[in-house]
Parts: sequence; structure tokens; C-alpha cells
Amino acid sequence: MTKWLAAAEPIMSASCCVNSGLATQADKLTRGDAPKLQVPDKIASPDAFVVKDDNGYFCLNLMVKNMRCAACISSIENAMLKLQGVTHARVNMSTQRVVVQWHGGTLDGRQIIRKLWQLGYPSAPYDPLKLQNHKNDEERFLLATMAVAGFASANVMILSVAIWAGVFSDMGDATRNLFHWISALIALPAVVYSGRPFFRSAYQALKNMRMNMDVPISVAVVMASSMSLYQTIQGGRDAYFDASISLLFFLLIGRYLDFRARSKARSVAEHLLVLGGTPARVLDASGDELLIPADAVKLGMIVSVLPGERIAVDGEILSGTSDIDQSLISGETLPVPCRVGDVVFAGTLNLNGSITINVTSLSDSTLLSDIVRLMENAEQGRARYVSLADKVAKIYAPVVHILAALTFAGWMIWGSGGWQPAMMAAVAVLIITCPCALGLAVPVVQVVASGVLLKQGVIMKSGDALERLDDVDTVVFDKTGTLTEGLPEFLNSGDIASEDLIRALSLAEHSHHPLSKSLTLWAAKNGIKSSFVVDDILEVPGHGLQGSVDGLKTRLGRFDWCYEDHDQVAKRQTTMSIWLSVNGQPPICFKFKDHIRDDAKTTIQQFKDQGLKIILLSGDHENVVSAVADELAIDDWHASLLPAGKVGALERLKMTGHKVLMVGDGLNDAPALSAGYVSISPSSAVDISKSAADFVFQGADLMPVFNTWILAKRAGMRVKQNFTLAFIYNAIAVPVAMAGLATPLLAAIAMSSSSILVTLNALSLRLRQSTLGKT
Amino acid sequence: MDILILLIPAALFLGLIGLAGYMWALKSGQFEDLDGAALRILIDDDDVIVKQGDDKSDKPL
Repeated sequence: MTKWLAAAEPIMSASCCVNSGLATQADKLTRGDAPKLQVPDKIASPDAFVVKDDNGYFCLNLMVKNMRCAACISSIENAMLKLQGVTHARVNMSTQRVVVQWHGGTLDGRQIIRKLWQLGYPSAPYDPLKLQNHKNDEERFLLATMAVAGFASANVMILSVAIWAGVFSDMGDATRNLFHWISALIALPAVVYSGRPFFRSAYQALKNMRMNMDVPISVAVVMASSMSLYQTIQGGRDAYFDASISLLFFLLIGRYLDFRARSKARSVAEHLLVLGGTPARVLDASGDELLIPADAVKLGMIVSVLPGERIAVDGEILSGTSDIDQSLISGETLPVPCRVGDVVFAGTLNLNGSITINVTSLSDSTLLSDIVRLMENAEQGRARYVSLADKVAKIYAPVVHILAALTFAGWMIWGSGGWQPAMMAAVAVLIITCPCALGLAVPVVQVVASGVLLKQGVIMKSGDALERLDDVDTVVFDKTGTLTEGLPEFLNSGDIASEDLIRALSLAEHSHHPLSKSLTLWAAKNGIKSSFVVDDILEVPGHGLQGSVDGLKTRLGRFDWCYEDHDQVAKRQTTMSIWLSVNGQPPICFKFKDHIRDDAKTTIQQFKDQGLKIILLSGDHENVVSAVADELAIDDWHASLLPAGKVGALERLKMTGHKVLMVGDGLNDAPALSAGYVSISPSSAVDISKSAADFVFQGADLMPVFNTWILAKRAGMRVKQNFTLAFIYNAIAVPVAMAGLATPLLAAIAMSSSSILVTLNALSLRLRQSTLGKT
Repeated sequence: MDILILLIPAALFLGLIGLAGYMWALKSGQFEDLDGAALRILIDDDDVIVKQGDDKSDKPL
């Protein structure tokens, strides 16, 4: 339970440093301020992740939780450097990772992880080679091309302004020619260097007989540059060096923004996967515990799981009994008792007893990997999504090329100047139509929108998710953990005598069971304290607690266990309740209900008001689901669904032409999250679901789901407006260019003004964010 | 206009110095952790540098 709660803690809302101004900075630096966390008694060895090089240096890469401020950086780095033998420790704040390097074999990886725990930062080792690390190279490449394009376009522009001014004054041909030659000298190498991202992608597309936006871009840039070079050699009047290089510069800005948004999303996903990918605690022959990545565990290994830990492998219980919380797999709210010989599944949570497990199936055949497989299958369906920009490109590219060809042909037939003016007019058409505004329109809207969302505590994980969310007409909710908080709420305190209440509380305080916890929580809220002397407490997994409270033998737990004489044995409790029996008296019932998120009803009503269809899909029992559906006024609900059943329901919706927003948090929702047209998870979700979802929202409210949808609607509107603006601009400029009236000056003005207009329109999305959340 | 022969190369040269500086910063990984860089400026340098073997005991910070 503790781990689950820890995972429920918002990623962004800071517990350590949000309030730390500079005034308290020094104070924090000395204290190493961080949330107080209980350090686990036993930390398993991360040796499997330690990389040793030839010079005797060891290196360990860790993903770290909770790092938020300067004090976090300095307290971690200082503490690491104080460990014996550590030569290098570096925090990367952007990716939330730490690299520690040390010399000699005296330091144990465990000490590093323990130290981080003590400071308040849970961490998980990872293998950097397994994560995509070409990411950095790609980012550097884009930044370098952007810098070169920026440098070249600035310098060419200085010369071009002089040439344009020269048209009105009396610049001599020799000076103009010299300026053209210098422009060529700067622009041509820069085009070759900075154009590579576009040339490459255009080449790839053409090789596969496809069309994308990069094809017309590449054609325009190459044609404009070579034609301008020809003009320069001939001593001609017009050269488009400034247009071709500044076009590349604008487009590279868009490309970089797009890339950064995507790599940020990927790094968030990696972080979730590594911190969530529970390594297994394997017992070796001598009884020592080793931390091994779940995919390296072999058949027949013995894995130990402590109370509160998530189980990493599928296996059979060898020793110990415990209640297992399977809610994330099946959606059931109540834990299932397990004893020796029972089979437990990866991804479930061990609540109250230490158990050891004999591994019976490997990572690629566990239930968890079945779910992952189901997810991947579902994702393949989604990968076919074609972004709006690509759709536009498909029509746009041929139209542009046909227009340019027509211009050339028209000038050849009716013109008098031969092929040169014809070619110049065609190049002008290519330049003017070049999708500078389009290339910026989508990335800028996405960057602005993801910034607005982040401020609301919503993380956007994929760039095209906003476009998809814009098209949605049906919202499917999961119940446990999504509509409800996943925490039971104590209901019938009025029916129970205060003495019995206190008696039950005295026992409940000693258990991790969700119902006991909820009772304790309720008591703490209402200021009720247990005043009895409690002895001989025994927690019997699957049954309940017993002990002597104030000298009387008391049991708190299942009905059939509290009241053994009773012949009517309830096979399974479907309503959430526990029973208290004192000294063999008839038991008293404590009723609970899964607490529905406070704003669930308003959120659903808001969606309905906007004309969206609401469906509830749950793995829980029918009577629980129907009660929730009634309360929230959802007509369309389905209970007792397995993960595959949820995917099936979504597939059927898809077949009937619906575009579904899936909102869910459990492991059983992960395939459905991938199968949905677009998906959102709360930050309390299991990590695999968070990485499957397109958006992750934080906090106890459900309203962010609606706000995200509204923002997606607005962003979609901006993108369409931008496309319309670009179309209008082309409708005016293209005839001018076809008539041969375009000059380099006109092209430059038209291009930059449309880019600025589009960017401003995208930025204005930020202005309306204040209207969110109040709806 | 003869001054152009001096001024244009001078302008280009200065621009190239800037570009080279940027490329150097890029190559040496200064754009890897912009969030961290924004925060590191708040740390007092004296605190960060810890002499090796200075403090072998495991005392809490």
C-alpha cells in the first residue's frame, strides 16, 4: 500500500522546494531538505547495472524521483562526492537522472541508493544503453544546422537589404554582382549543411514512393539556390539566396521545437518505465538478496517480496501468506488472500505478509507481458494515424509542383525571353508557396499548448495527441482509480456504538489492509483515538486481525471468520465490509464504499453538455459498478471486463466509427489506453498505463481531463486557422508570382510576414488559458 | 565604397567567431541540461567542492 500511495504523489507538485525562496536557500543547502521518506531496511544490490571500465572506474546510472530545485542538486551531488571513492557525480535535472562514477571496489552500489533514500530521493538503476541515446545526437544536429542557417541568413539578409535599397538608388551592376557573389559564398555551403534534415527526409519519402512536406521544401530550396547561382554567374538582377536560407532557418526552428517536445515526452516515458519496472529481489544460494531486472530473472529463481512491494514476476508462493492487491490487474477493489501454492502475478501489490515466490514463468510469458503484448497490438492500430500536416502535404506538394510547372510552360509558350525568365518565375512560385507558415504552424501551437497544459499539471506525451483529442466523440472511463479515488470510504459510523468503533480502530491501526487503513484515516479525520490496551495481535492474511483488546478477545475481518459458529458461509464478499466480533458475540458490520472523485459528476456533465457520449468500462463486480454509474448518471456501463474485454469494447466502438478518449489508470486499462484513439491517465496510475497514455494528469480532480479536451479543441482551431491563413496568403501571392511580378524583396516580405502572423496566432492560445478550470 | 572590402570580411569574421563559440558549447554538452543549468546558478560554489576523503563518516547532512 505504501508504494502505491508513494506513486500516487503528484510528479510536479513539489513537496520539497516550491516554497523555497532564495531566502531559505542556504538553510536548505545545509539541511538537504527533502520529503521525509522511510528508508527501506534492506536495499538490494544494483550490481547488475554497474558498468566497469578498464581503468578501474565504476559507473552507475540512476533515475531519481523528487528532484526539483537547486538544493536538490547540491545536496545530492555533495552527498555522493562524500561517499568514499566517488570521483564524479552529476545530476541532470531535465531528464531527472544522476550519474555516479567511482574508483576502486570499496564502494557498494547499495550505499549510493541508500544515501539517496536518506536524502529523500527514491531511485532506480537503469542501463543507459537500453534507452535510446541517439536522441542527444539528433538534438545537437538540429541545433547545429539551425545555428548555421541563422548565421547565414542574417548575413545574407544584410547584403540583400543593401541590394534592395540599391534598386531605388543607383547601385552599380558591379557592386550588386559583388554582393550576389558574397551572398552565394555564404548561402550555398549553409544550404548544403542546414538543408540535410529536409533533404534526407525527402529522399526517404521519395524512395518509399511517398510524399511529405519535405519534398516541396527540398525542391524549392535546391531550385532557388541553383537558379540564383546561375543568375549570379550571368550577372543577373534577381537572386533568391536570402529566401532559400531564411526559409531553412524558419523551418528548422519548427523542426527543433517539434523534436524537443517529442524527446521530452519520450524521456518522461522512460522515467516512468524505469522507476516502475520493478526489479526483482532474488535470493541466491547464500541467502543474499540481489536486485535483478525483471527481464533477467530465470525460471526456478526464488524471489522475495516484502509487504508493500509490487511483485515483479509471475510465480507460485513458496512460503508465507499475504493479501494481494490485484486491483491494478483486475480492477477489483478488495485484495485477494493468497497462501503457499497459490499463483501470484507480476504487477500486483503484496499488502501484509512477507512471501517468497518460485518463478514459474519468465518475463516474456508473464501476465504483465501479455498485457504489454496486447498493448503493442493495440498501438499498431494507432500508428496509422496521419497527422493533419501530413494530410495537407499530400495535397499540397503535387499542387505546388504542378503550379510551378504550369508557370514554366506558360512563360515558355507566351513569354518572349526564353527559358531564363520562365525558370525565374517558376522558382518564385516554388519559394512563395513554400510551407514556411505551415512548417511553423503546427509545432508552435503544440509547444504553446503543452506549456499551458503543464501549468495545469497535465503532461502531454505525444505531439499529435492534441490533434487526435480534438476529433474525439466518445469518452470511456475506467472506474477504480479513475472515477473513484481507489480508496474506500467508511460509511456507517452512525450505526455503530462508539465503544465498538474504538475497539475496531485499535485493531485496524495495525494493518495495511485498505479497509483498515480507511478506518484509521476516518478516525484521524474525526479526532477519534484508540484508548484500549491491545495485545497478541495476529494478522491472518485473507481473514482479518485478531487480538486482545482491553482484555477481550476481538476479531476484525471477514464475516465467516468473525463468526465461526455461523453455518451460512459467505464465499466471497461482494460489498465492501468488515465485521467486528467481541468475545464471540454476533458480529457488527462496518460498511465501506469506494470514494468517487469530488468533481467526477460535474466533469461528466460537462462532457455531456458538449455532446460527447460517456461510457463506463470496469473490471469490478456488477453491483459496485452499477452503483457508481447511477450516482454519476452514466447510462452505458459494462462490468466484470477483462483487459481483452475492454479492448474488444473499444474495437467495437471504433468499428462503428466512434473516436474514443480512454481515461484509465490500472494495469488492466493499459491495453485499452493503447487501443483508444487517444488516452489520459491520472498520475496515480501504474507506470505502464502512464506510459501507454498520451496525457497524464495530476491531483485528486477529474476536471483536468475536460480542460485538456477543451484546450485540444482550441489548439485544433488555431491550427486550422493557421492553415486557412496560409491558404489565403498563397491565393494572393501565387498569381503574382506566376505573372512574374515577384521580386526577391516581395518574396522575403511575404514569407516573413506570414510566418510571424502564424506564430502570433499560435501564441495567442496562451492568452485564453485563464478561462480554463473555471468552466 | 572601398571600405566594403574591409567591412564585409570583418562582419563575417565576427559572425563566424560567434558561430564557432556556439558550436563549441554545443559539442561540449552545455545544452544537455538546461533546467539544471538554470538552477545551478543558485548554488554556492564553496558548498559543492568537497575535498576527497575529507569526510569519511556517514554523518547525515
